Amino acid sequence: MIRLTDTEFDPGILLGDFCRGRTETGAVASFVGLARAEGGSAAVLELDAYPGFTEAQIARHVTAAQTRFDLQDVLIVHRTGAITPGQPIVFVATAAPHRRAAFEACDFLMDYLKSRAPFWKKETGPDGARWIEPRPQDLTDLARWETP
Amino acid sequence: MARVLLFGALSDLAGWREKTLEANSVGDLRRQLAAGDAALGGALDGPGVQVAVDQTIVRHDAALTADSEVAFLPPMSGG
Repeated sequence: MIRLTDTEFDPGILLGDFCRGRTETGAVASFVGLARAEGGSAAVLELDAYPGFTEAQIARHVTAAQTRFDLQDVLIVHRTGAITPGQPIVFVATAAPHRRAAFEACDFLMDYLKSRAPFWKKETGPDGARWIEPRPQDLTDLARWETP
Repeated sequence: MARVLLFGALSDLAGWREKTLEANSVGDLRRQLAAGDAALGGALDGPGVQVAVDQTIVRHDAALTADSEVAFLPPMSGG
């Protein structure tokens, strides 16, 4: 399931709900991305998305993850709107019979979300506002999954 | 009439997010936008800018039909 929300979410509640009632799942892996203060230079982060398109593009990548890894379920919750330091931005959870698939699929999905998912991120601080683009490291991380 | 959507840095640069214009192709639309705002025109040609018509990524010269929704998507960054 993929959900965009413009209000703060509690990753603990999401993870608890995701784990509940699974009698055939041996492994759940999760990731929480938090907004950093960058030593005071980032007072607020604004996340823009393209409703409908953003969810559809992420869904295609979830399908790719399900093809690649032995997964039972995926949950992605992504913030939009204004986010202050310390607030969660993204939550990814993967469920699988065994841990390796859960870990790797979570990593795979996050690398995609960082640099290819349709979100636009603006950081505003005392020195003004700037739009954030993927760092070289984000692109290197993504390239790990490309088959030679 | 095409419904034009700008995202991220493109909408900040243009000062608008949504506009309706008469155009028969993405190329035609880009020329009109560039004629009205040279800085925006340059940014639309910038590296990594993708175009979606009716929520599907298309080539930069794709044809438009009546009521097309055209979105200009600058480089993306989530998480």
